[in-house]
Amino acid sequence: MADEKKEKEMLEDVTSGEYKYGFVTDIETDQAPKGLSEDIIRLISHKKNEPEWLLEFRLKAYRHWLTMEEPNWALLHHPPINYQDIIYYSAPKKKKELNSLDEVDPELLDTFNKLGISLEEQKHLAGVAVDAVVDSVSVKTTFKDTLAKHDIIFCSFSEAVRDYPDLVKKYFATVVPYTDNYFAALNAAVFTDGSFCYIPKGVRCPIELSTYFRINAANTGQFERTLLVADEGSYVSYLEGCTAPQRDENQLHAAVVELIAMKDAEIKYSTVQNWYPGDKNGKGGIYNFVTKRGICKGDRAKISWTQVETGSAITWKYPSCILKGDYSVGEFYSVAVTNNYQQADTGTKMIHLGKNTKSTIISKGISAGKSNNSYRGLVRVSKKADNARNFSQCDSLLLGDKCGAHTFPYIKTANPNAIVEHEATTSKISEDQLFYCQQRGIDMEKAIGLIVNGYAKQVLKKLPMEFAVEAQKLLAITLEGSVG
Amino acid sequence: MLLNIKNLHVSIQGKEIIKGLNLSVNKGEIHAIMGPNGTGKSTLAAAITGREGYEITKGEIIYKGQVINDWSPEKRANEGVFMSFQYPIEIPGVSMTNFMRTALNAQREYKKLPPISAGEFLKKMESKKKLVEIHSKLTNRSVNEGFSGGEKKKNEIFQMAMLEPELAILDETDSGLDIDALKVVAKGVNQLKSKENAFIVITHYQRLLDYIVPDFVHVMYNGKIVKSGGKGLALELESQGYEWIKEQFDD
Amino acid sequence: MNKIKKTRFPLEEIMLKHIAQNDKKWSEEDLPEMNVLRKQATEYLLEKGFPNTKMEKWRSTDMQPVYEEPLTIYDEAIPYTKKVNEIFQCDVHGFNTKVISLLNGTYYSKENEKLTVSKEGVIIGSLAYAKKEYPAFFKQYYGKIAGEPSDGLKAANTALARDGAFVFIPDNVEVKDALQLIKIMNQPNLAVNIRNLIILGKNAKLTFLHCDDSINHHAGFINTINEVFVGENSSFELYKLQNLNDETALLNQTYIHQERNSNVKAMVISLNGGLIRNEISNDLKGQGAFSNINGLYLMDNQQHIDNQIYVKHSVPDCESNQLFKGVLDQESKAVFNGYIWVAPDAQKTNAFQRNNNILLSDNAFVETQPQLEIYADDVKCSHGATVGQLDDEALFYMRQRGISFSDARMLLMYAFADEVISQISMEGLRLNIEDMVKRRLRGELSICDRCVLHCSNPEQPVIFDIDMSKI
Repeated sequence: MADEKKEKEMLEDVTSGEYKYGFVTDIETDQAPKGLSEDIIRLISHKKNEPEWLLEFRLKAYRHWLTMEEPNWALLHHPPINYQDIIYYSAPKKKKELNSLDEVDPELLDTFNKLGISLEEQKHLAGVAVDAVVDSVSVKTTFKDTLAKHDIIFCSFSEAVRDYPDLVKKYFATVVPYTDNYFAALNAAVFTDGSFCYIPKGVRCPIELSTYFRINAANTGQFERTLLVADEGSYVSYLEGCTAPQRDENQLHAAVVELIAMKDAEIKYSTVQNWYPGDKNGKGGIYNFVTKRGICKGDRAKISWTQVETGSAITWKYPSCILKGDYSVGEFYSVAVTNNYQQADTGTKMIHLGKNTKSTIISKGISAGKSNNSYRGLVRVSKKADNARNFSQCDSLLLGDKCGAHTFPYIKTANPNAIVEHEATTSKISEDQLFYCQQRGIDMEKAIGLIVNGYAKQVLKKLPMEFAVEAQKLLAITLEGSVG
Repeated sequence: MLLNIKNLHVSIQGKEIIKGLNLSVNKGEIHAIMGPNGTGKSTLAAAITGREGYEITKGEIIYKGQVINDWSPEKRANEGVFMSFQYPIEIPGVSMTNFMRTALNAQREYKKLPPISAGEFLKKMESKKKLVEIHSKLTNRSVNEGFSGGEKKKNEIFQMAMLEPELAILDETDSGLDIDALKVVAKGVNQLKSKENAFIVITHYQRLLDYIVPDFVHVMYNGKIVKSGGKGLALELESQGYEWIKEQFDD
Repeated sequence: MNKIKKTRFPLEEIMLKHIAQNDKKWSEEDLPEMNVLRKQATEYLLEKGFPNTKMEKWRSTDMQPVYEEPLTIYDEAIPYTKKVNEIFQCDVHGFNTKVISLLNGTYYSKENEKLTVSKEGVIIGSLAYAKKEYPAFFKQYYGKIAGEPSDGLKAANTALARDGAFVFIPDNVEVKDALQLIKIMNQPNLAVNIRNLIILGKNAKLTFLHCDDSINHHAGFINTINEVFVGENSSFELYKLQNLNDETALLNQTYIHQERNSNVKAMVISLNGGLIRNEISNDLKGQGAFSNINGLYLMDNQQHIDNQIYVKHSVPDCESNQLFKGVLDQESKAVFNGYIWVAPDAQKTNAFQRNNNILLSDNAFVETQPQLEIYADDVKCSHGATVGQLDDEALFYMRQRGISFSDARMLLMYAFADEVISQISMEGLRLNIEDMVKRRLRGELSICDRCVLHCSNPEQPVIFDIDMSKI
């Protein structure tokens, strides 16, 4: 049937949306030689003028990493990563101290403009403070004054180590220790920079905090480290967005994000991830192995993860919550879109330790092309977590007949008062819905975009306004084809 | 006196809902308890029937001369306390017949009577079904499962007819009922009413009281009975709303 | 080979020793094809050893205590005694069954009844005899349905199993009476490997009851592999009843191959057992195949139940359903791992799976992992899992009607279990199982109770025999 044929074409087109943000910014970089050794780690530490304790930490992590094996339990296939073929340090050469946007490298500003996320625009229109990270070193932070008024600390990780060593020492690597997993150990050994944020007691952060990551220099692994502490009764919404230029060689990214919410504090952490997924034939693309974890340390603390994952050749990511305080709440809302040869193995862990803790998991996987998209999650209720509640809903949508959608939830319950519910469905895009749209004059491509956006809405609406728009754009780009 | 409640204080999770309530009910009487939402009407019903989580912090519930504060819900039920639930729960997998027979036999065992025979039981079911105009077959259906709102409420009255309580509490039985179902429910209640039993009718609206005529009307507000009167009080509330009560008794 | 495992568990040692001692004898007895399989399995066992908790599929079931138990492999079958006896009889009210039995892993009957052939051509009997009499079946099916060793215990079974039940139902034959296989162990500290092979031709029908019961309180380990081939348009119903003592470990691997338009209904009811692991691997190989795999487990003490269900949709237009429900009390532990795999191009697949658990005690533990791996788009697949407790609202509702707390709890537990039990299509069997489950929930069912499979009193001396009128 003609319609069927058209649909097939359409689905093929859906998978062939070219990567719009694939361009290279030409900035002079200061690079370390390829490879990983104790000397390289010392070099990184030296370059960053780090204190002795941090170097010791890095070395311990490195030595531990050497004893570990790369995990292989995820449903992911990739050629072995040569860790000696990666450059572990590169920073844009600083021309001079920057006092205003005008002093920022014009090429960099141009890059942001192409991405449609110019600092200027953000600053004026959205009221977002942006800590833009290009190749591991923070370049520019805005809105510092506003934040300073509330005694909020928001700076690059290196600055935090220099200016707030006690705070950093107190919280750093307490949620994700270097022993946690292979990639966390690697990150702990070689992380170059990242963001640090501290919200003091009782402060409601007046603006959305945001960091844009970009991977820039070729063959540069990106090892970000984010540490966010919300002290008692505080609130913060943190946005993280990623776009990466097109590359032929695979690039490794192993970030670590740690969130700490004290008593009555709330952290909302949102991510839009759109790194280069590789070309139509599965060549290139980012390998994204990220460890994200938050702990609700005090009673009634809340951590909410929202993620929209559209990029990367490989995504290995499980933003998790340790619900330690009584009545604490963990949330995970995720949309993961894969196409061509992309592979995503993503989900969450909800660890219920405190009484009356509550967690919600909403995951929407959309697979197209020859991609594979897996939800993998763990809900664990410890013996002491009386009245713990979890609800998980993990749905998969298949576009085309060459892709895969998988669901691997693990549920472990050792408490008789806990209620844990998991539901999952897998289905293809509804022909009835498509036809209904078409009958109303909407073309196939738009219809698919519409339906997929509707499908993901439950998650998208959890994003802060500014991000929701960008996320929808990204979904549209992913689904964009050449029809019409 | 069938029921005598003295200075009752009830808390849920440490929050006091009923704050010193007094009420006495004699056999042969119908009492209506009215009042705005959230004043503790349903909490009172729960406290009388012994629901877990409703902590009596002070005061006494005296039923047939005995303080029943610490009695289990089933002991109260077997002593003749029945509640028609506001939201009757669905119990999948437990058939109506099995459920009712278990309940009836529990009561008989409590009264040291032999269990009812299957034949007797079915006969009783049929006659009581007629009373509340339940026409559908209950035998193969699970308790309240797939019942419409009206059917659920009729089913409550049917169970009341089966168990023949001495004190029946109707908790918002009229909510979600159309006028026909309401009439059926009221008719059931009126037929069951006798000199030997008493009813507490909890309702937000006076509508139900057109069909079940109360001897006493109490207005509950903020955890207490703030006003009592005859059936005229209900009409007064109907025409004037609860605002004047709120104004008069808000601190 | 430098890969060979260095330290071994006692049970591995015993098994390997037993293989070495008997290899020559067995090679002469068996078909060349079976010798190849045995050799391959032995090598696998030598190299990999028994499965351990570091393996993903065995993560939550630790068999090590069993490996370390002083178990023996029984070499000689207990001679057939003619004493027809009261202790062991089988009469499931309401329907007739034909009973066959395995005593300590060996097919138990008179010498001249080791294989019976009905006038329709139905063959029922001992696997050890069948492989000599009907080698063609073994060449075609034996080891083909179960596939290559994927863990050491599967390998051990292939390397060591000498007997079991063999059933063949020819084309167009519908067997009216259910066939009941009873596995009994009456020797202490025994490790047995049992292999059953069931073949249904086209348009055939069979109901099979597979009972694992203890008749004493001896420790033991039963390692069973069932291979089932269900031909085109055929219908196979399998009921596994497990009522074992707390000292017995049972591993039951069932491989079911389904041809076009075949229909399989399998149910596993685990009422007692120290350690039970059921693996059911269901391969839907022909279009239009339908499978329904259900389970109920009621565990207490320190019992451990592990259900591993793998359903493979290899071709389009098939449907599978799984429903597993469990009630866990005291310090018991339940593991559920349900896997639905949908092949690329297995379009129009419908696959559903659900696991519900009720935890009754502070020390009970549930681990459930329902998994979907799907490579086709025109499918309807879903799974769900819950862990919770009895509904407080429902409990109060019942108590308000005068029903005692314990009765209300019973009713709710029974209602929970009923969703599985009500799917038993044979009424006689259903009523029996209903009764067993009720008594189990009330704590009145002992492993030595009279049940679908009748057991002896532990204090009584065990004399095993069968009601001859049923054979």
